[in-house]
Order: sequence, then structure tokens, then C-alpha cells
Amino acid sequence: MNAMSAFTGVGPLVRFVLRRDRVYLPVWVLSLVVLTYVSAAAVRRTYDTPVEIASYAVNMGTSPASIAMGGPPVALREIGGILIYETSLTVLLGVALMAVFTVVRHTRKEEDAGRVELLGSTVVSPHAVITAAVLVAASASVLVGAGVTWSFLVEQQPVRESVLFGAAVAAMGIVFTGVGACAAQVMSHGRGAVGLSLAFLGVAFGLRAIGDVGENAWSWLSPMGWSQQVRVYDDNRWWPLALSLVLTAALLVGTVLFEGRRDLGAGIVPSRPGPPSAGRTLAGVVGLAWRLQRGAVVGWVVGIWSMGLLLGSFSESIQNMIEDNPTLAEYLQRAGVTNIVDSFFATSLLLLGIGASGFAVASALRTRSEESAGRVEPLLATGVSRARWLFGTLLVTLGGTTLVVASGGLGVGMSYAVTTGRSSEMWRMTGYALVYLPAVLLLAALVVLLVGWLPRASGAVWVAVALCFVVGWLGSLLELPQWAADLSPFTHVPAVPAVPADDLALGPVLTMLALAVAALAAGWVGFRRRDIG
Amino acid sequence: MSTAISISGLVKTFGTTVALDGLDLEVRTGEVHGFLGPNGSGKSTTIRILLGLLRADRGQVTLLGGDPWREAAALHRRLAYVPGEVALWPNLTGGEVIDLLARLRGGIDHRRRDDLLERFDLDPTKRTRSYSKGNRQKVALVAALASDVELLLLDEPTSGLDPIMEAAFQGCIGEERSRGRTVLLSSHILAEAEALSDRVSIIRAGRVVQSGTLSELRHLTRTTVVVSTERPPDLIGRVPGVAHVVHEDGRVSFDVDTDHLDDAMDYLAPLKITSLVSHPPTLEELFLRQFGEQVPTEEAVG
Repeated sequence: MNAMSAFTGVGPLVRFVLRRDRVYLPVWVLSLVVLTYVSAAAVRRTYDTPVEIASYAVNMGTSPASIAMGGPPVALREIGGILIYETSLTVLLGVALMAVFTVVRHTRKEEDAGRVELLGSTVVSPHAVITAAVLVAASASVLVGAGVTWSFLVEQQPVRESVLFGAAVAAMGIVFTGVGACAAQVMSHGRGAVGLSLAFLGVAFGLRAIGDVGENAWSWLSPMGWSQQVRVYDDNRWWPLALSLVLTAALLVGTVLFEGRRDLGAGIVPSRPGPPSAGRTLAGVVGLAWRLQRGAVVGWVVGIWSMGLLLGSFSESIQNMIEDNPTLAEYLQRAGVTNIVDSFFATSLLLLGIGASGFAVASALRTRSEESAGRVEPLLATGVSRARWLFGTLLVTLGGTTLVVASGGLGVGMSYAVTTGRSSEMWRMTGYALVYLPAVLLLAALVVLLVGWLPRASGAVWVAVALCFVVGWLGSLLELPQWAADLSPFTHVPAVPAVPADDLALGPVLTMLALAVAALAAGWVGFRRRDIG
Repeated sequence: MSTAISISGLVKTFGTTVALDGLDLEVRTGEVHGFLGPNGSGKSTTIRILLGLLRADRGQVTLLGGDPWREAAALHRRLAYVPGEVALWPNLTGGEVIDLLARLRGGIDHRRRDDLLERFDLDPTKRTRSYSKGNRQKVALVAALASDVELLLLDEPTSGLDPIMEAAFQGCIGEERSRGRTVLLSSHILAEAEALSDRVSIIRAGRVVQSGTLSELRHLTRTTVVVSTERPPDLIGRVPGVAHVVHEDGRVSFDVDTDHLDDAMDYLAPLKITSLVSHPPTLEELFLRQFGEQVPTEEAVG
């Protein structure tokens, strides 16, 4: 194959991808840029005196929890360092997710739908589809990076630093473009490709969190770490980004090799022959839904549990830090924090709860994706009623969500139990995590409401999940008005264990449970009377 | 009960599109009923209303003596459905899907399942992801035919099958009829409906335009003949049962009722036939002739 034919058809395909994503991609890019801009402006407003900046460096820059989330504490004695420390988690994770979803959406998911076959029969080169998707996702990442640079310039930051941070963000997106492209070849369907890429992102986050907190080399094993090791406002070094580009190149070479070795519609991991007849559990709606979702349940339980373990493991260093630093202890006491370890746990459980709602919403949306794929029709043409199908499928969502939410608390508790030697902490933390369950279920119930009345719009609940994250993670920084913060169900969950369990205000939790049931019932009313398909 | 399906005045619209426009249909118990129409004429919409998947805007629908919207689940235990476009769960094997669907319908005849797998030459251990359209259709067919039900609703069930499998399918439908089961078979291929059906209803633009036994619709099953002879066949138009005669470039084309085919041949044979092509009318030709639209060459008819 010569260079000319290798790219035949890429141009029209790129235009085709851009046309299909004319809403999707601008929404991703703009949300990430706007979020960065708004956070940067808020940071500048909040830390506007030298005293405040100095105390930020002492407090946040030494807190293992903050380091685990925000990255290595670099140049926190100036406003630029604080800007990056506060904004990098959101924008780095966001750009990676955007890249993965975009690539997989235009390669593996198209292939699953049988549309690549149609394109492949026209005049395009063998790798044109993946090339077009990679080009679009990488360009979108560069756009996000440029937007981040622009936000910093607007906030009167120096050009060199602004450009370097923008480049680090773009590099993160480009690496995960490669990750998504490679995963799309390795796995034999789109959902699996997204899952593998997210697992990779989770590992990348975990490695650099361990490395940053322990101040050791683990961060260098993570592409997310490379984007942070540029140390903007301090060393201002470009070369860690070369590592990102090398990894991307390796991933893309792997993609091309894998694509050349597999058949259309198959993955490198081959599908083995399966059982010639159905086992005893595959007998009803619940059995089928469990069979379809058990992989996702196990993946999410392991993922959230690992995050819990990781977060829980920081509790010891927090305790040590307080003991070593009487000024900080005093500062926190004045700020009204009675027990810093408990408030750290409260924040951890909140973030794990919001994370778990990712499973809940994805699982509830299966009702819609199964319907639009035409797989509900043959079921409803048997003795299965609409009620049995909907509620049977959602039973797996309920059970799975409970397991995922509980596993986060269990992870935190297990770490803490090892630290303190008290095994009861495991069950205590699991119980606290479950306080978040009604809020998570409320998001899943919103999906059902939309599936009943506005099925085409049901994916919009993902926006709600993103907003819950913004409110939960950036809310206090952005100084959101109370009514806006109140829109997130997680705002109303008592912050256990920072709020003592005996004072636990069950009211809001029960209200959310009632709202979830109401949304579910309303969704059912719509679903039972509308056309299927 | 002698009527399995009875529909009158059925109307269904999607937005501004009128899918069904006052459709009437009657399927008697124990018959194989061909439901014929071109793509987009409303066959699938009718079947999906019969399954309670879509809600009728107007009209009466009775299925196995019940209301298909209100009593959907109970009625569905007594029927099996094969959709035109079969979507399956990619992770499950063909065998698992067959068992699942049959269990949800209330049980499976294992001997018949194995027999059908063999006749349709289907490997039940493969994940459905790797199946072709024809193989996905076979999965749905085996699941439907292996269930003990009164009524089979088949929506273009052979559109992905090769000719050998189509023959296997026709054999199965013959067996179903001899067991006294009712079959509603939608198709856009006239020959398929002709080979299998006791009665046929023809649907066009959301209405049934013809309904009856095949002999009642005999005039619809004319054969089209294109022939060249050494001496000009000037009098072919006078042979009984011959219509639509067109003389063109030394050839003549005409339609002839199947009953009178030998009369036409008797007339033509002494004229020394040099070439002869004949084919049954396609559904499209049939519509063009029967329902007002002009066949392009018809103006030349003498």
C-alpha cells in the first residue's frame, strides 16, 4: 500500500464524522473550556491576597487527599499554581473521556451497528474509518487545550505557562484517543472498548495519585502523571509530553496492526463458542438482564471498590499531618471542622457516590438502548408483559447499584480497618456509603421517567450526572448559588460520617427515595401506553 | 372459534405519515394466510399492532378472541412471532436465545428444537454477534416453530434465507398447517405466498385491496411471455386469456392466464418459436396493472 492509498477517503469521512457530531463535540469542548474558565476566575477571586495564597499552600499543598485528587503540589505559593491545582483534575479527566467516547463512537460502535461495512464497501482505504475518528478526537483535544490556554490568558497568566498547561491537557486527550482506538480493536464490541479504556483511565489516575502522595516514581507510570509532571509555574518543562506522544504513537501502531489482523465485526480477543442451550438462570427477564449486565456490575464494583481502597489509604497520612502541624489543626478547628479524618471520609463517600451513579444511569439506560436496538420487541411478543420487562430489567439496576455504592464504602472501610486495626470500620463505612443510595437511585429513576415519556431524550440524564459532579467537586469553589447546588440530590445527603450518625437527618434521604419512586411510577405510566420501538 | 385474526377499519399514523388507512383483514383459524404488499405498505405496522407493541389510533382488532393491546401477555403465550429484522443479544449464543424465547413463551419441545436446528443447518454454540442476517432469522424461526402455539406471525421470514433454506422453511410451514396451526405470513414476493398460502390479502398504502383464495385471485397470477417467431403472431390477441399484447422489434410480449397457457403455446408453436422467455408477474407489475397505475409500454397495446 502506498502513502496515497493509505488515506483515501479520510477527508470525506472526517467531514461525515464532524457532521454527525455537530452538536456532540461542541458541547464537550465548550463545557470543558467554560468549566476551566469559570473555575480559574473563581480561584482568582477567592485567593486574592498574599496571606490567603500562603495559607492555601500550607493547607491544601500538604493534604494527601487534595494531592491525590489535584496532582503534585507545584508552585502553590503563587496564584498560577493554585489555578492548575484546582482545575487540572476536571479538565484532564474530561478531555480523556471526550477522546475515548468520540473514538469508540465512530469506530467500534459504528461497526457494531453494521454501518462500517457499508462505508468499507465504498472507496475508502482499510484504515480510513479509524484514521478519521482519531483525527477528529485528537483535534477536539487540541481545541480543548487551546481553550484552556485562552482561559488562563484571560485571567492574565503568562503566555508560556498558559500554553504549556493547554498543551498538557491536549496531550492527555491525544493519549486517550490512542487508548480508545486501540481498545476498539482489542475488544469485540463498543461497550467493551469503552470499559477497557475507562479501566485504563482509572489505573492512570490511581498510579499518579499513589505517586504524588508518596512523592515517588509511580506517577511516571501514568499518562495522566506526565501531563502533570510538566510542573507549570515551576520547572516549565515540555519533555514529559514527549512521553505522551511516544505512547500515543505506540498505541496507534498497535491499532493499525490489530486492525489488519482481525475481521470486521470481531475483536483481537476472539469470541469462543458458547453453550448450545440456555442454563437454568437464563429463564426470565431478570435472568436475561443479569446476564447482559453482570460484566458491567463486576467491573464497576471492582473499580469503585479500588477507588475506595485508595481514598481510604490516605486517612493515616491525614492523621499524621494533623499531629505534625498544630497550626493546621487550629486553622481547621476555627473553620468548624471537628474531625478532619471524618470530613475527608465524607468527601470521599460523596465522590464515590457520584461515581456510582455512572453505573446506575448507564444501567437504567439499558432499557432504552435495548428498545432502540429492536431487542425488546421479540421479548414483548412472548408471554412477558411490559411491566414484567421494565421492572424485571430495573431490578438488576437496583441490585447492581446497591452493590456498587456499597463497594465504595467497603473499600474505604477496609483501608481504614487495616490502618486502625478495627475491622468494624468496614461495616461502618459501608453503611455510610449506603446513605448515598437514594440520591443515586433518584438519577436512575429520572432515566426511567424520560424512557417513559421522552425516550429520545433519555441520554440527557448524563448531563445531570455531570452537574452533580460539578456541584459536588467544584461547588464551593465556584460559589454556586444555593438553589443551583440544591439541584443536585447529593447536596441533600447528610455528610456522614462528618455529621455524627445519631444526628443523621433521615428526612432528605427518605424524600429522595419517595421522589425516586414517584419518578419511576410516572415513567411507567408513560411506558405502558406508548408505542415500542 | 373460526376466526384467528379479525381487523376492521384500522388506522395508525406516525406524525403526519399515515401508515394504516382503514385496513380490514380476516384470518381464519387453521389457514396459512399470505399478507402481501410492497415494502412500506404497512405489513409490519399491522403485525406490530396485532402484538400490542403499537397502539391503534382507530379501528377494531381481535386476536385469538382477545384484545391485543389489553391482554397482550396472555395472548402472546398462544402465539409466536418472527420479526422481519431480527435483533439478538450479541453475547448470547443462538441456542441460548432459542431457549430463552421459548421459555418466556411457556416451554419448548426439545426434540423438535434439535430437529429444526438440523434442518436449518444452524450452529447453536455461536454467539449471535457472528451470525449473518439469515442465521439470525433462523434463530427466530427455530424458536417460533419449536414452541407449542396456535398462531404464527411471520414478518417476511425468508428475506435473509438462501433458496435451500427457503425450501426447508416451506416444508416447515406445510407441517404447521397439517397440525392445524394458523399462520399469518407477510411477504413482498408473490411466488412465496402462492406456494404456501390458502388465502391471500394484498395490502397497498395501508389498505387491503384484494383478499381471497388463490383461485379467486387467479387473474392476478398471469404469466408474462416474451416470444420471437419466424412468422408474425398477429392473432395472439384473439387467444382466450391473453392480454396486454405489445409488438416490438419483431418480438411480442403478452400476459396470459395460467389456465390458458397451453392455448397460447398451441397457437405459437406452428409459427416456429425462435426464442421464448416467460416469468410470473412480480408484485410491482401486478400493482401497476391491477390498481390503476400505467405500465410504461401499455400505450402501445393494439
